Amino acid sequence: MAEHLQAGSTDHDAAAELAAAVSETVAARRPLRLIGRDTKAFYGRHVEGQVLDCACHTGVVNYEPTELVLTARAGTPLRDIERLLADNGQALAFEPPAFGDTATLGGTIACGFSGPRRPYAGAARDFVLGARIVNGRGEVLSFGGQVMKNVAGYDLSRLMVGALGGLGVLLDISLKVLPRPLCEHTVMFPLTQHEAIARMNEWAGRPLPVSATCCTDDRLYVRLSGSENGVRAALRDLGGEVVSDASEFWRTLREHQHPFFQHAGPLWRVSVAQATPPLALPGDCLIEWGGGLRWLKSDAAAAVIRAAAAAAGGHATLFRGGDRGGEVFHPLSPALFALHRNLKRALDPEGIFNPGRMYDGV
Amino acid sequence: MATPADDLSTPAPSRDMVAVALRRILPDESVLADDESVRPYECDGLSAYRRLPLIVALPNTVEQVCEIARCCRDLKVPLVARGAGTGLSGGALPLENGVLLSLTKFTRILDIDPANRTARLQPGVRNLAISEAVSHLDLYYAPDPSSQIACTIGGNVAENSGGLHCLKYGLTVHNILELKVVTIDGELVTIGGQALDAAGYDLLALMTGSEGLLGIIVEVTVKLLPKPECAKVIMASFDDVEKAADAVGNIIARGIIPGGLEMMDNKAIRAAEDYVHAGYDTEAAAIVLCELDGTPEEVDDDIRRVEEVLQRGGCTDLQLARDEAQRMAFWSGRKAAFPAVGRISPDYYCMDGTIPRKRLGTVLNRIDALSEESGLRIANVFHAGDGNLHPLILYDGNKPGELELAEEVGGKILELCVEVGGTITGEHGVGIEKINQMCVQFNAQELTQFHAVKEAFDPGRLLNPDKAVPTLHRCAEFGAMHVHKGNSKFPNIERF
Ligand SMILES: Cc1cc2nc3c(=O)[nH]c(=O)nc-3n(C[C@H](O)[C@H](O)[C@H](O)COP(=O)(O)OP(=O)(O)OC[C@H]3O[C@@H](n4cnc5c(N)ncnc54)[C@H](O)[C@@H]3O)c2cc1C
Repeated sequence: MAEHLQAGSTDHDAAAELAAAVSETVAARRPLRLIGRDTKAFYGRHVEGQVLDCACHTGVVNYEPTELVLTARAGTPLRDIERLLADNGQALAFEPPAFGDTATLGGTIACGFSGPRRPYAGAARDFVLGARIVNGRGEVLSFGGQVMKNVAGYDLSRLMVGALGGLGVLLDISLKVLPRPLCEHTVMFPLTQHEAIARMNEWAGRPLPVSATCCTDDRLYVRLSGSENGVRAALRDLGGEVVSDASEFWRTLREHQHPFFQHAGPLWRVSVAQATPPLALPGDCLIEWGGGLRWLKSDAAAAVIRAAAAAAGGHATLFRGGDRGGEVFHPLSPALFALHRNLKRALDPEGIFNPGRMYDGV
Repeated sequence: MATPADDLSTPAPSRDMVAVALRRILPDESVLADDESVRPYECDGLSAYRRLPLIVALPNTVEQVCEIARCCRDLKVPLVARGAGTGLSGGALPLENGVLLSLTKFTRILDIDPANRTARLQPGVRNLAISEAVSHLDLYYAPDPSSQIACTIGGNVAENSGGLHCLKYGLTVHNILELKVVTIDGELVTIGGQALDAAGYDLLALMTGSEGLLGIIVEVTVKLLPKPECAKVIMASFDDVEKAADAVGNIIARGIIPGGLEMMDNKAIRAAEDYVHAGYDTEAAAIVLCELDGTPEEVDDDIRRVEEVLQRGGCTDLQLARDEAQRMAFWSGRKAAFPAVGRISPDYYCMDGTIPRKRLGTVLNRIDALSEESGLRIANVFHAGDGNLHPLILYDGNKPGELELAEEVGGKILELCVEVGGTITGEHGVGIEKINQMCVQFNAQELTQFHAVKEAFDPGRLLNPDKAVPTLHRCAEFGAMHVHKGNSKFPNIERF
């Protein structure tokens, strides 16, 4: 096992320090702004609070390729984890975007970000098996575990994913990891968005080794991953023009370095039922996730964008830009909001963790 | 058998009083209020625990469920939801002062959306009925518990059920998009959505596996997957269980995630072979069943690689199912393993621990020792790919003390799973059965956190109370009887 642990990062167990820092703050009822390397400062609502630096809690605690499980401290750089996995022919199948070279695992999980493979392999939350956290009483608690199947107790480790640090300080996170595909090719089809959405969903209904899709500038990109012969057969089946240097394309897309994202105005992330036809909204749109994810550069009113998203069974997030003091995430129904408030209180009774980063009042 | 004391101290409303209140909401025949009619609901799949409910309510509209919840809240009467009652941990065990809410009338498939590959279902729809209803579209619903003919989608969500294919295709939590849930206040809340994610906290994950303690699930939207074009299964025999376990690890190390990866030990092999004549090697110490699915090209690639790994791992025999009939035969033995074991023993008790796979050898040896010590035979079936172990403890309930002995051995097996870094339940839930072992897996602060989460949904503790999460009082009592590794996990709690 030891040879798998050379992650390159320094190892430092800061759990006790972090718990002590939380306990002190609870007593003083001071809000905390939890950060890793703060590469996702752009995301969520503006938070006032004393910074709690979680990036000092680093190191891969356990990694066993044949168990398909990796446990790492939340401050471990995502890059280090990805390198370690790659050295063993494995990967994080949800292909998390890092949005910065120094991104930590904890920040990635707290934001719940997933990349191009998400509709075909699962989201960040699907791969979280367990977590150790500090709750709002300064207690260090473990939920879930390091095994694939575990239904003992409520699933509080998955609840942490995407909670933006509002329910606890992530200490250690256990993830299911998967083998890296042996072979990967990308093909391109000139298609309108309308046609592309129909095509992606038609293919998703067939057992094809599709692992990513993107439609921009009237071109549909489809990545195929799997065994050599499996991918080759699918290439013959689908046709299209083979794209060279495709891994760079998917990387820039994932990291929002693709030219589409070079834009100063508000960027909306609209998540809808996958087969939803192009949304009748003003602005430029890039489509991912088999149609399920629509990136929208638009100055349209939030209410208009949200109404369109809701009508398509989904929700809209003001991902970058715009007013970070306003409603960034899709408003919840009153009953659902009440549950959020109660849950926040259950884990963070004094409301000290990232207050208001998700919604005003939680 | 003694069931845990219900520590609800308010004087319970009488059966008549509750019946009158419920008959204002439901037609008379949908409220069962005499011992004779409620008896069929006295237990779930864990039949060693039985208790008559005060009342059984059989609503058939969501509005009725909302009104029943409000009624129970106002009367402070506990409410236990029940799907098909196939649960193996006593989750749907009724309370004698409570209403058992049966969801069996909710059997409608509300909508099938072929373009988005989803189905919207009432909670009482049977698991297998989903795949049957979408088969003509070449789609299916992936999680396939062995009880799939009977169990309901509502029960599957409440237990986060798995199946033979969850290593590759995930558990219930990975295959649902949206829930409609009735809270104890009678409010209908939509959790998740028709998109791949939803705003706010991941309540979809929190509800999944919450065993009816947080809300009543009245609608479920599931994802549907395209049927694999091709599936092939390999069966390998081993003369040593550890060699078999290593081979399983090596398949995964080669970068292959099989559609199914199962293992059975000799006792389970013999029982299954006697029962369904699957063509199993009854001399083998263990067999491994490995199914590869995908496009024909992918499957051929993978079959070759898996065969190589198994051969290198020292298997004594290797068979590739020659056709669909033989593939089904190979699986039939595994799928019928529980009833097969039921034939060789008057009773059996099914355990459900998960362990890191590399500890399998240790765990099986310790289980052998427990078997020898107790004199009870134990057969093992194993979702090997994901480390989920189902030891079946054979006993005779008519022999005084044997059930208690079986339970004691079972408890020790679960604690062993925790000791090697695993968990007391992979897919069957805690219910009432493993409530004591929760005190071994979680400390007092963690359990207190669970109670606080329940409080966020159900402050009056009326939804399936006293299941799934033990009170600290209970753990203190359990700890006093059963000191774990020489030191109690609850040193600071007063003993009563
Ligand atoms: C022979 C056999 C084989 C099995 N094989 C497997 C297997 O391979 N994998 C596996 O995971 N399980 C297996 N099980 C266990 C069981 O079938 C599953 O747990 C199943 O999901 C239970 O569904 P049910 O409808 O019978 O629920 P029930 O037993 O009726 O209820 C289970 C729990 O869910 C709650 N509940 C039920 N419906 C609702 C609802 N609508 N809202 C809120 N709470 C609700 C109940 O209160 C209870 O706590 C097996 C059982 C048997 C008897």
